[in-house]
Amino acid sequence: MGEISRVGEGLRAYRLIAAMWVRSAMTYRASFALTAFGNLMVTGLDFVAILLMFSQVDSLGGWSLPEVAFLYGLSATAFGIADLLLGSMDVLGTRIRDGSFDTLLVRPAPVLAQVGADHFALRRLGRITQGALVLAWGLLAVDADWTALKVLLVPVMLISGAAIFCALFVAGAAFQFVAQDAAEVQNAFTYGGTTLLQYPPTVFGKDLVRGVTFMLPLAFVNWVPAAYVLGRPYPLGLPEWAAFASPLVAVAVCGLAGLAWRAGLRSYRSTGS
Amino acid sequence: MGSARLYAAVAVGGFRRYATYRAATAAGVFTNTVFGLILVYTYLALWDERPHLGGYDQTQAVTYVWLGQCLYATLAIQGGGVEKDLMARIRTGEIAIDLYRPADLQLWWLAGDLGRALFQTLGRGVIPFAFGALFFRMALPTDVTTWAAFLVAILLAMVVSFGIRYLAALSMFWLMDGTGVNQAVMVLGIFCSGMALPLNVFPGALGDVVRALPWAAQLQMPADVLMGEADPLGAYAFQAAWAVVLLAAGRLVQSAATRRVVLQGG
Repeated sequence: MGEISRVGEGLRAYRLIAAMWVRSAMTYRASFALTAFGNLMVTGLDFVAILLMFSQVDSLGGWSLPEVAFLYGLSATAFGIADLLLGSMDVLGTRIRDGSFDTLLVRPAPVLAQVGADHFALRRLGRITQGALVLAWGLLAVDADWTALKVLLVPVMLISGAAIFCALFVAGAAFQFVAQDAAEVQNAFTYGGTTLLQYPPTVFGKDLVRGVTFMLPLAFVNWVPAAYVLGRPYPLGLPEWAAFASPLVAVAVCGLAGLAWRAGLRSYRSTGS
Repeated sequence: MGSARLYAAVAVGGFRRYATYRAATAAGVFTNTVFGLILVYTYLALWDERPHLGGYDQTQAVTYVWLGQCLYATLAIQGGGVEKDLMARIRTGEIAIDLYRPADLQLWWLAGDLGRALFQTLGRGVIPFAFGALFFRMALPTDVTTWAAFLVAILLAMVVSFGIRYLAALSMFWLMDGTGVNQAVMVLGIFCSGMALPLNVFPGALGDVVRALPWAAQLQMPADVLMGEADPLGAYAFQAAWAVVLLAAGRLVQSAATRRVVLQGG
Protein backbone atom coordinates (compact mmCIF):
# COMPACT_ATOMS: atom_id res chain seq x y z
CA MET A 1 0.00 0.00 0.00
CA GLY A 2 2.72 2.43 1.02
CA GLU A 3 4.57 1.76 -2.20
CA ILE A 4 1.47 2.53 -4.30
CA SER A 5 0.67 5.78 -2.53
CA ARG A 6 4.30 6.83 -3.00
CA VAL A 7 4.01 6.25 -6.73
CA GLY A 8 0.80 8.29 -6.76
CA GLU A 9 2.52 11.04 -4.84
CA GLY A 10 5.42 10.96 -7.29
CA LEU A 11 3.16 11.23 -10.31
CA ARG A 12 1.31 14.13 -8.69
CA ALA A 13 4.56 15.95 -7.95
CA TYR A 14 5.78 15.27 -11.48
CA ARG A 15 2.56 16.66 -12.95
CA LEU A 16 2.68 19.82 -10.85
CA ILE A 17 6.34 20.57 -11.61
CA ALA A 18 5.93 19.78 -15.31
CA ALA A 19 2.86 22.04 -15.49
CA MET A 20 4.88 24.83 -13.94
CA TRP A 21 7.59 24.50 -16.61
CA VAL A 22 4.97 24.38 -19.34
CA ARG A 23 3.36 27.57 -18.03
CA SER A 24 6.72 29.31 -17.95
CA ALA A 25 7.51 28.19 -21.52
CA MET A 26 4.10 29.36 -22.70
CA THR A 27 4.84 32.88 -21.51
CA TYR A 28 6.87 33.27 -24.69
CA ARG A 29 4.67 31.52 -27.22
CA ALA A 30 6.56 32.56 -30.34
CA SER A 31 9.82 31.39 -28.83
CA PHE A 32 8.18 28.09 -27.87
CA ALA A 33 6.85 27.54 -31.38
CA LEU A 34 10.25 28.32 -32.88
CA THR A 35 12.19 26.01 -30.58
CA ALA A 36 9.67 23.20 -31.08
CA PHE A 37 10.08 23.61 -34.81
CA GLY A 38 13.86 23.75 -34.42
CA ASN A 39 13.72 20.55 -32.40
CA LEU A 40 11.81 18.89 -35.20
CA MET A 41 14.47 20.04 -37.65
CA VAL A 42 17.38 18.83 -35.54
CA THR A 43 15.94 15.36 -35.12
CA GLY A 44 14.65 15.24 -38.68
CA LEU A 45 18.21 15.49 -39.95
CA ASP A 46 19.14 11.92 -39.20
CA PHE A 47 16.21 10.78 -41.31
CA VAL A 48 17.33 13.12 -44.07
CA ALA A 49 20.73 11.42 -43.85
CA ILE A 50 18.98 8.05 -44.29
CA LEU A 51 17.04 9.44 -47.27
CA LEU A 52 20.32 10.65 -48.78
CA MET A 53 21.78 7.18 -48.32
CA PHE A 54 18.79 5.67 -50.09
CA SER A 55 19.19 8.17 -52.93
CA GLN A 56 22.35 6.17 -53.69
CA VAL A 57 21.27 2.62 -52.85
CA ASP A 58 18.07 0.54 -52.95
CA SER A 59 18.59 -1.33 -49.72
CA LEU A 60 20.71 -1.13 -46.59
CA GLY A 61 21.66 -4.43 -44.96
CA GLY A 62 18.97 -6.00 -47.14
CA TRP A 63 16.19 -3.74 -45.84
CA SER A 64 14.21 -1.37 -48.04
CA LEU A 65 13.54 2.31 -47.32
CA PRO A 66 9.96 1.79 -46.00
CA GLU A 67 11.24 -0.95 -43.68
CA VAL A 68 14.04 1.28 -42.39
CA ALA A 69 11.49 4.10 -42.00
CA PHE A 70 9.37 1.73 -39.91
CA LEU A 71 12.36 0.94 -37.67
CA TYR A 72 13.29 4.61 -37.52
CA GLY A 73 9.75 5.74 -36.70
CA LEU A 74 9.39 3.22 -33.88
CA SER A 75 12.76 4.04 -32.36
CA ALA A 76 12.48 7.81 -32.74
CA THR A 77 8.92 8.02 -31.38
CA ALA A 78 9.61 5.73 -28.41
CA PHE A 79 12.76 7.67 -27.64
CA GLY A 80 10.91 10.96 -28.12
CA ILE A 81 8.34 9.99 -25.49
CA ALA A 82 11.06 9.00 -23.02
CA ASP A 83 12.96 12.19 -23.82
CA LEU A 84 9.85 14.29 -23.18
CA LEU A 85 9.19 12.57 -19.85
CA LEU A 86 12.72 12.25 -18.47
CA GLY A 87 15.04 13.92 -20.97
CA SER A 88 16.14 16.60 -18.53
CA MET A 89 17.62 14.10 -16.12
CA ASP A 90 21.10 14.82 -17.43
CA VAL A 91 20.93 18.13 -15.56
CA LEU A 92 21.37 16.04 -12.43
CA GLY A 93 25.16 16.11 -12.69
CA THR A 94 25.14 19.91 -12.75
CA ARG A 95 22.78 20.01 -9.78
CA ILE A 96 25.04 17.68 -7.83
CA ARG A 97 28.10 19.79 -8.64
CA ASP A 98 26.59 23.15 -7.78
CA GLY A 99 24.91 21.81 -4.65
CA SER A 100 21.36 22.68 -5.71
CA PHE A 101 20.47 18.98 -5.59
CA ASP A 102 20.26 19.31 -1.80
CA THR A 103 17.21 21.54 -2.09
CA LEU A 104 15.39 18.73 -3.90
CA LEU A 105 16.15 16.35 -1.05
CA VAL A 106 14.46 18.48 1.59
CA ARG A 107 11.29 19.06 -0.40
CA PRO A 108 8.32 16.86 0.55
CA ALA A 109 8.08 15.09 -2.81
CA PRO A 110 9.83 12.04 -4.29
CA VAL A 111 13.25 13.06 -5.62
CA LEU A 112 12.93 11.03 -8.83
CA ALA A 113 9.73 12.88 -9.74
CA GLN A 114 11.39 16.22 -9.04
CA VAL A 115 14.47 15.44 -11.11
CA GLY A 116 12.40 13.93 -13.90
CA ALA A 117 10.16 16.97 -14.21
CA ASP A 118 13.02 19.43 -13.82
CA HIS A 119 13.13 21.71 -16.88
CA PHE A 120 10.23 19.76 -18.42
CA ALA A 121 10.19 20.97 -22.03
CA LEU A 122 7.10 20.62 -24.17
CA ARG A 123 9.16 21.66 -27.20
CA ARG A 124 10.39 18.05 -27.23
CA LEU A 125 7.05 17.25 -28.82
CA GLY A 126 8.94 18.22 -31.98
CA ARG A 127 10.94 15.01 -31.79
CA ILE A 128 7.83 12.88 -31.20
CA THR A 129 6.03 14.58 -34.09
CA GLN A 130 8.91 13.94 -36.43
CA GLY A 131 9.24 10.30 -35.38
CA ALA A 132 5.48 9.76 -35.64
CA LEU A 133 5.39 11.22 -39.15
CA VAL A 134 8.13 8.87 -40.34
CA LEU A 135 6.41 5.98 -38.56
CA ALA A 136 3.08 6.78 -40.21
CA TRP A 137 4.72 6.84 -43.63
CA GLY A 138 6.60 3.62 -42.86
CA LEU A 139 3.38 1.88 -41.75
CA LEU A 140 1.63 2.85 -44.98
CA ALA A 141 4.53 2.15 -47.30
CA VAL A 142 5.79 -1.08 -45.81
CA ASP A 143 4.81 -4.33 -47.50
CA ALA A 144 3.49 -6.40 -44.55
CA ASP A 145 0.66 -8.90 -44.17
CA TRP A 146 -1.27 -6.99 -41.53
CA THR A 147 -3.15 -9.04 -38.96
CA ALA A 148 -5.02 -7.79 -35.90
CA LEU A 149 -2.13 -9.03 -33.74
CA LYS A 150 0.43 -7.09 -35.76
CA VAL A 151 -1.64 -3.91 -35.64
CA LEU A 152 -1.96 -4.29 -31.89
CA LEU A 153 1.76 -4.84 -31.53
CA VAL A 154 2.63 -1.37 -32.85
CA PRO A 155 1.31 0.66 -29.87
CA VAL A 156 2.68 -2.02 -27.51
CA MET A 157 6.11 -1.53 -29.08
CA LEU A 158 5.90 2.24 -28.67
CA ILE A 159 4.95 2.07 -25.00
CA SER A 160 7.45 -0.66 -24.14
CA GLY A 161 10.14 1.12 -26.13
CA ALA A 162 9.47 4.39 -24.33
CA ALA A 163 9.67 2.54 -20.99
CA ILE A 164 12.98 0.91 -21.95
CA PHE A 165 14.43 4.31 -22.90
CA CYS A 166 13.03 5.81 -19.66
CA ALA A 167 14.88 3.11 -17.73
CA LEU A 168 18.07 4.15 -19.56
CA PHE A 169 17.56 7.78 -18.54
CA VAL A 170 17.02 6.80 -14.89
CA ALA A 171 20.00 4.44 -14.88
CA GLY A 172 22.12 7.16 -16.48
CA ALA A 173 21.06 9.60 -13.80
CA ALA A 174 21.90 7.04 -11.10
CA PHE A 175 25.34 6.69 -12.67
CA GLN A 176 25.85 10.42 -12.30
CA PHE A 177 25.81 10.09 -8.53
CA VAL A 178 29.05 8.18 -8.98
CA ALA A 179 30.55 9.95 -11.97
CA GLN A 180 29.27 13.49 -11.35
CA ASP A 181 30.42 15.35 -14.47
CA ALA A 182 30.27 12.46 -16.91
CA ALA A 183 26.74 13.14 -18.16
CA GLU A 184 27.89 12.42 -21.69
CA VAL A 185 28.29 8.71 -21.02
CA GLN A 186 24.52 8.65 -20.81
CA ASN A 187 24.29 10.10 -24.33
CA ALA A 188 26.18 7.13 -25.71
CA PHE A 189 23.36 4.86 -24.51
CA THR A 190 20.32 7.10 -25.03
CA TYR A 191 21.08 9.00 -28.24
CA GLY A 192 23.47 6.27 -29.36
CA GLY A 193 20.82 3.64 -28.67
CA THR A 194 18.13 5.36 -30.69
CA THR A 195 20.56 5.97 -33.57
CA LEU A 196 21.56 2.31 -33.55
CA LEU A 197 17.94 1.13 -33.68
CA GLN A 198 17.22 3.34 -36.68
CA TYR A 199 19.21 0.95 -38.85
CA PRO A 200 18.47 -2.73 -39.52
CA PRO A 201 20.16 -5.26 -37.20
CA THR A 202 21.75 -6.90 -40.25
CA VAL A 203 23.98 -3.85 -40.60
CA PHE A 204 25.78 -4.45 -37.32
CA GLY A 205 28.31 -6.98 -36.14
CA LYS A 206 26.92 -10.03 -34.37
CA ASP A 207 28.57 -9.17 -31.05
CA LEU A 208 27.05 -5.72 -31.06
CA VAL A 209 23.59 -7.18 -31.76
CA ARG A 210 24.12 -9.71 -28.98
CA GLY A 211 25.10 -6.92 -26.60
CA VAL A 212 22.00 -4.83 -27.30
CA THR A 213 19.74 -7.88 -27.08
CA PHE A 214 20.91 -9.64 -23.94
CA MET A 215 22.96 -7.10 -21.96
CA LEU A 216 21.23 -3.83 -22.77
CA PRO A 217 17.95 -5.09 -24.26
CA LEU A 218 17.45 -2.28 -26.76
CA ALA A 219 16.61 -4.80 -29.49
CA PHE A 220 13.16 -5.18 -27.88
CA VAL A 221 12.30 -1.55 -28.68
CA ASN A 222 11.93 -2.35 -32.37
CA TRP A 223 14.31 -4.88 -33.96
CA VAL A 224 12.70 -8.04 -32.55
CA PRO A 225 8.99 -7.07 -32.67
CA ALA A 226 9.45 -5.32 -36.04
CA ALA A 227 10.95 -8.51 -37.46
CA TYR A 228 7.68 -10.24 -36.56
CA VAL A 229 5.54 -7.50 -38.14
CA LEU A 230 7.61 -7.45 -41.33
CA GLY A 231 7.96 -11.22 -41.49
CA ARG A 232 11.75 -11.04 -41.45
CA PRO A 233 14.14 -13.45 -39.75
CA TYR A 234 14.68 -12.54 -36.10
CA PRO A 235 18.09 -11.23 -35.13
CA LEU A 236 20.21 -13.99 -33.52
CA GLY A 237 17.54 -16.57 -34.40
CA LEU A 238 15.43 -15.74 -31.34
CA PRO A 239 12.22 -17.79 -30.82
CA GLU A 240 8.97 -16.41 -32.21
CA TRP A 241 7.46 -15.42 -28.85
CA ALA A 242 10.38 -13.02 -28.31
CA ALA A 243 8.48 -10.47 -30.41
CA PHE A 244 5.91 -10.23 -27.64
CA ALA A 245 8.43 -10.03 -24.80
CA SER A 246 8.95 -6.26 -25.07
CA PRO A 247 6.54 -5.33 -22.21
CA LEU A 248 8.19 -7.87 -19.90
CA VAL A 249 11.64 -6.62 -20.84
CA ALA A 250 10.45 -3.06 -20.21
CA VAL A 251 9.14 -3.92 -16.74
CA ALA A 252 12.37 -5.73 -15.89
CA VAL A 253 14.71 -2.90 -16.97
CA CYS A 254 12.53 -0.30 -15.25
CA GLY A 255 12.79 -2.33 -12.05
CA LEU A 256 16.56 -2.55 -12.36
CA ALA A 257 16.85 1.15 -13.12
CA GLY A 258 14.73 1.90 -10.05
CA LEU A 259 17.08 -0.16 -7.88
CA ALA A 260 20.10 1.60 -9.39
CA TRP A 261 18.48 4.97 -8.69
CA ARG A 262 17.88 4.03 -5.04
CA ALA A 263 21.44 2.83 -4.62
CA GLY A 264 22.73 6.04 -6.21
CA LEU A 265 20.55 8.24 -4.05
CA ARG A 266 21.70 6.43 -0.90
CA SER A 267 25.34 6.91 -1.84
CA TYR A 268 24.87 10.64 -2.39
CA ARG A 269 26.97 12.94 -0.30
CA SER A 270 26.47 16.66 -0.63
CA THR A 271 29.27 18.80 -2.01
CA GLY A 272 29.13 20.66 1.27
CA SER A 273 29.45 23.99 -0.47
CA MET B 1 55.63 40.86 -29.39
CA GLY B 2 53.84 41.54 -26.13
CA SER B 3 50.45 41.05 -27.70
CA ALA B 4 51.46 37.68 -29.14
CA ARG B 5 52.31 36.61 -25.59
CA LEU B 6 48.93 37.85 -24.40
CA TYR B 7 46.97 35.79 -26.92
CA ALA B 8 49.18 32.78 -26.29
CA ALA B 9 48.28 33.10 -22.61
CA VAL B 10 44.59 33.29 -23.49
CA ALA B 11 44.95 30.15 -25.62
CA VAL B 12 46.67 28.34 -22.75
CA GLY B 13 43.80 29.45 -20.53
CA GLY B 14 41.31 27.99 -23.00
CA PHE B 15 43.24 24.74 -23.05
CA ARG B 16 43.38 24.48 -19.26
CA ARG B 17 39.76 25.46 -18.76
CA TYR B 18 38.64 22.38 -20.68
CA ALA B 19 41.44 20.17 -19.37
CA THR B 20 39.99 20.62 -15.88
CA TYR B 21 37.02 18.37 -16.55
CA ARG B 22 38.67 14.98 -16.74
CA ALA B 23 35.61 12.82 -16.14
CA ALA B 24 33.68 14.80 -18.74
CA THR B 25 36.52 14.28 -21.21
CA ALA B 26 36.59 10.54 -20.55
CA ALA B 27 32.81 10.45 -20.99
CA GLY B 28 33.19 12.28 -24.30
CA VAL B 29 35.80 9.79 -25.50
CA PHE B 30 33.44 6.94 -24.67
CA THR B 31 30.49 8.57 -26.43
CA ASN B 32 32.49 9.38 -29.56
CA THR B 33 33.74 5.79 -29.69
CA VAL B 34 30.22 4.37 -29.40
CA PHE B 35 28.87 6.68 -32.10
CA GLY B 36 31.89 5.87 -34.27
CA LEU B 37 31.07 2.17 -33.99
CA ILE B 38 27.43 2.67 -34.97
CA LEU B 39 28.38 4.88 -37.92
CA VAL B 40 31.14 2.57 -39.13
CA TYR B 41 28.73 -0.34 -39.45
CA THR B 42 26.12 1.72 -41.29
CA TYR B 43 28.78 3.09 -43.66
CA LEU B 44 30.15 -0.40 -44.27
CA ALA B 45 26.62 -1.55 -45.18
CA LEU B 46 26.24 1.44 -47.46
CA TRP B 47 29.57 0.91 -49.21
CA ASP B 48 28.83 -2.80 -49.43
CA GLU B 49 25.81 -1.91 -51.51
CA ARG B 50 27.61 0.73 -53.58
CA PRO B 51 31.39 0.26 -53.64
CA HIS B 52 33.28 3.48 -54.43
CA LEU B 53 30.33 5.63 -53.43
CA GLY B 54 31.43 9.26 -53.55
CA GLY B 55 34.85 8.16 -54.77
CA TYR B 56 35.74 6.45 -51.48
CA ASP B 57 36.50 2.81 -50.98
CA GLN B 58 35.46 1.03 -47.77
CA THR B 59 38.66 1.73 -45.85
CA GLN B 60 38.36 5.42 -46.74
CA ALA B 61 34.74 5.49 -45.59
CA VAL B 62 35.82 3.94 -42.28
CA THR B 63 38.64 6.48 -41.94
CA TYR B 64 36.15 9.27 -42.59
CA VAL B 65 33.90 8.06 -39.75
CA TRP B 66 36.65 7.97 -37.15
CA LEU B 67 38.06 11.28 -38.29
CA GLY B 68 34.60 12.78 -37.83
CA GLN B 69 34.44 11.45 -34.27
CA CYS B 70 37.97 12.75 -33.67
CA LEU B 71 37.13 16.26 -34.88
CA TYR B 72 33.58 16.44 -33.50
CA ALA B 73 34.49 18.20 -30.27
CA THR B 74 37.60 19.86 -31.72
CA LEU B 75 35.62 21.77 -34.31
CA ALA B 76 32.56 22.10 -32.02
CA ILE B 77 30.56 20.83 -34.98
CA GLN B 78 27.27 21.00 -33.13
CA GLY B 79 28.32 24.15 -31.27
CA GLY B 80 29.39 24.30 -27.65
CA GLY B 81 32.78 25.98 -27.96
CA VAL B 82 33.68 29.40 -26.58
CA GLU B 83 30.69 30.93 -28.38
CA LYS B 84 28.50 29.69 -25.51
CA ASP B 85 30.55 31.74 -23.03
CA LEU B 86 30.53 34.74 -25.34
CA MET B 87 26.75 34.50 -25.70
CA ALA B 88 26.32 34.38 -21.95
CA ARG B 89 28.54 37.44 -21.53
CA ILE B 90 26.59 39.39 -24.11
CA ARG B 91 23.29 38.49 -22.48
CA THR B 92 24.40 39.48 -18.99
CA GLY B 93 26.21 42.59 -20.20
CA GLU B 94 29.59 41.36 -18.94
CA ILE B 95 30.77 41.87 -22.49
CA ALA B 96 31.25 45.54 -21.53
CA ILE B 97 34.18 44.48 -19.35
CA ASP B 98 35.73 42.61 -22.30
CA LEU B 99 35.49 45.78 -24.36
CA TYR B 100 37.52 47.71 -21.78
CA ARG B 101 40.39 45.29 -22.06
CA PRO B 102 43.44 46.45 -23.99
CA ALA B 103 43.01 43.48 -26.32
CA ASP B 104 41.21 42.82 -29.54
CA LEU B 105 37.84 41.18 -28.84
CA GLN B 106 37.85 38.84 -31.82
CA LEU B 107 41.48 37.76 -31.41
CA TRP B 108 40.88 37.22 -27.70
CA TRP B 109 38.04 34.79 -28.30
CA LEU B 110 39.81 33.18 -31.25
CA ALA B 111 42.85 32.45 -29.06
CA GLY B 112 40.62 31.00 -26.34
CA ASP B 113 38.80 28.82 -28.86
CA LEU B 114 42.04 27.57 -30.43
CA GLY B 115 43.25 26.56 -26.97
CA ARG B 116 39.96 24.73 -26.42
CA ALA B 117 40.17 23.05 -29.82
CA LEU B 118 43.72 21.91 -29.19
CA PHE B 119 42.72 20.34 -25.90
CA GLN B 120 39.70 18.63 -27.46
CA THR B 121 41.90 17.15 -30.19
CA LEU B 122 44.33 15.67 -27.69
CA GLY B 123 41.84 14.90 -24.94
CA ARG B 124 38.85 13.72 -26.89
CA GLY B 125 39.92 13.11 -30.47
CA VAL B 126 43.01 10.96 -30.44
CA ILE B 127 41.61 7.98 -28.51
CA PRO B 128 38.49 7.30 -30.64
CA PHE B 129 40.65 7.68 -33.75
CA ALA B 130 43.26 5.27 -32.40
CA PHE B 131 40.49 2.86 -31.41
CA GLY B 132 39.18 2.97 -34.97
CA ALA B 133 42.64 2.40 -36.42
CA LEU B 134 43.17 -0.54 -34.07
CA PHE B 135 39.94 -2.41 -34.80
CA PHE B 136 39.10 -1.43 -38.38
CA ARG B 137 41.02 -1.21 -41.63
CA MET B 138 41.67 2.44 -42.33
CA ALA B 139 43.25 4.31 -45.22
CA LEU B 140 46.04 6.17 -43.45
CA PRO B 141 49.04 7.75 -45.16
CA THR B 142 52.49 6.44 -44.35
CA ASP B 143 54.48 9.55 -45.24
CA VAL B 144 55.10 12.40 -42.83
CA THR B 145 54.34 15.14 -45.34
CA THR B 146 50.70 14.08 -45.76
CA TRP B 147 50.24 14.03 -42.00
CA ALA B 148 51.82 17.49 -41.78
CA ALA B 149 49.56 18.74 -44.57
CA PHE B 150 46.61 17.27 -42.68
CA LEU B 151 47.56 19.13 -39.47
CA VAL B 152 47.61 22.43 -41.37
CA ALA B 153 44.15 21.63 -42.79
CA ILE B 154 42.86 20.96 -39.25
CA LEU B 155 44.25 24.27 -38.03
CA LEU B 156 42.49 26.12 -40.86
CA ALA B 157 39.33 24.15 -40.11
CA MET B 158 39.51 25.36 -36.50
CA VAL B 159 39.65 28.98 -37.65
CA VAL B 160 36.70 28.53 -40.05
CA SER B 161 34.70 26.82 -37.32
CA PHE B 162 35.43 29.72 -34.97
CA GLY B 163 34.48 32.22 -37.67
CA ILE B 164 31.03 30.67 -38.02
CA ARG B 165 30.38 30.38 -34.29
CA TYR B 166 31.66 33.90 -33.58
CA LEU B 167 29.13 35.34 -36.00
CA ALA B 168 26.43 33.22 -34.38
CA ALA B 169 27.41 34.48 -30.93
CA LEU B 170 27.41 38.13 -32.02
CA SER B 171 23.79 37.76 -33.11
CA MET B 172 23.02 37.80 -29.38
CA PHE B 173 23.49 41.58 -29.40
CA TRP B 174 20.26 41.77 -31.37
CA LEU B 175 18.40 38.63 -30.34
CA MET B 176 19.12 38.36 -26.60
CA ASP B 177 18.05 34.70 -26.69
CA GLY B 178 20.41 32.17 -28.18
CA THR B 179 18.15 29.12 -28.41
CA GLY B 180 17.27 29.53 -32.07
CA VAL B 181 20.80 30.46 -33.10
CA ASN B 182 22.25 27.50 -31.24
CA GLN B 183 19.81 25.19 -32.98
CA ALA B 184 20.76 26.66 -36.35
CA VAL B 185 24.46 26.20 -35.56
CA MET B 186 23.76 22.59 -34.67
CA VAL B 187 21.62 21.74 -37.70
CA LEU B 188 23.93 23.41 -40.21
CA GLY B 189 27.05 22.10 -38.47
CA ILE B 190 26.02 18.46 -38.42
CA PHE B 191 24.48 18.45 -41.86
CA CYS B 192 26.72 20.74 -43.90
CA SER B 193 30.09 19.75 -42.43
CA GLY B 194 29.63 16.16 -43.54
CA MET B 195 29.13 14.77 -40.05
CA ALA B 196 25.88 13.02 -41.01
CA LEU B 197 27.20 11.77 -44.35
CA PRO B 198 30.35 12.64 -46.33
CA LEU B 199 29.63 15.63 -48.56
CA ASN B 200 30.90 13.84 -51.67
CA VAL B 201 27.99 11.38 -51.26
CA PHE B 202 25.39 14.16 -51.43
CA PRO B 203 23.71 13.89 -54.83
CA GLY B 204 23.39 16.50 -57.57
CA ALA B 205 22.95 20.21 -56.98
CA LEU B 206 22.57 19.72 -53.23
CA GLY B 207 26.05 18.21 -53.23
CA ASP B 208 27.47 21.13 -55.23
CA VAL B 209 25.98 23.60 -52.78
CA VAL B 210 27.13 21.94 -49.54
CA ARG B 211 30.62 21.42 -50.94
CA ALA B 212 30.92 25.16 -51.61
CA LEU B 213 29.74 26.30 -48.16
CA PRO B 214 32.18 27.14 -45.34
CA TRP B 215 31.20 24.01 -43.38
CA ALA B 216 32.90 21.92 -46.07
CA ALA B 217 36.19 23.39 -44.82
CA GLN B 218 35.71 21.70 -41.46
CA LEU B 219 35.55 17.94 -41.86
CA GLN B 220 35.48 17.19 -45.59
CA MET B 221 38.66 19.09 -46.46
CA PRO B 222 40.93 17.71 -43.71
CA ALA B 223 39.60 14.20 -44.42
CA ASP B 224 40.33 14.48 -48.13
CA VAL B 225 43.79 15.89 -47.46
CA LEU B 226 44.56 13.02 -45.08
CA MET B 227 43.38 10.37 -47.52
CA GLY B 228 45.07 11.96 -50.53
CA GLU B 229 41.74 12.70 -52.21
CA ALA B 230 42.33 16.46 -52.36
CA ASP B 231 45.30 18.57 -53.35
CA PRO B 232 46.45 20.22 -50.10
CA LEU B 233 47.06 23.62 -51.70
CA GLY B 234 43.60 23.71 -53.23
CA ALA B 235 42.07 22.69 -49.89
CA TYR B 236 44.06 25.38 -48.04
CA ALA B 237 42.94 28.01 -50.54
CA PHE B 238 39.29 27.05 -50.01
CA GLN B 239 39.64 26.99 -46.22
CA ALA B 240 41.69 30.19 -46.00
CA ALA B 241 39.27 32.06 -48.26
CA TRP B 242 36.33 31.15 -46.02
CA ALA B 243 38.38 31.93 -42.90
CA VAL B 244 39.14 35.42 -44.18
CA VAL B 245 35.55 36.07 -45.26
CA LEU B 246 34.11 34.87 -41.95
CA LEU B 247 36.61 36.70 -39.77
CA ALA B 248 36.12 39.91 -41.77
CA ALA B 249 32.34 39.56 -41.45
CA GLY B 250 32.84 38.96 -37.73
CA ARG B 251 34.79 42.22 -37.47
CA LEU B 252 32.12 44.12 -39.31
CA VAL B 253 29.30 42.78 -37.19
CA GLN B 254 31.36 43.27 -34.06
CA SER B 255 31.93 46.96 -34.74
CA ALA B 256 28.24 47.44 -35.47
CA ALA B 257 27.38 45.56 -32.29
CA THR B 258 29.79 47.41 -30.03
CA ARG B 259 28.44 50.74 -31.22
CA ARG B 260 25.11 49.41 -30.05
CA VAL B 261 26.48 48.62 -26.61
CA VAL B 262 27.66 52.20 -26.21
CA LEU B 263 24.24 53.43 -27.28
CA GLN B 264 22.58 51.28 -24.65
CA GLY B 265 24.99 52.57 -22.06
CA GLY B 266 26.32 49.08 -21.27
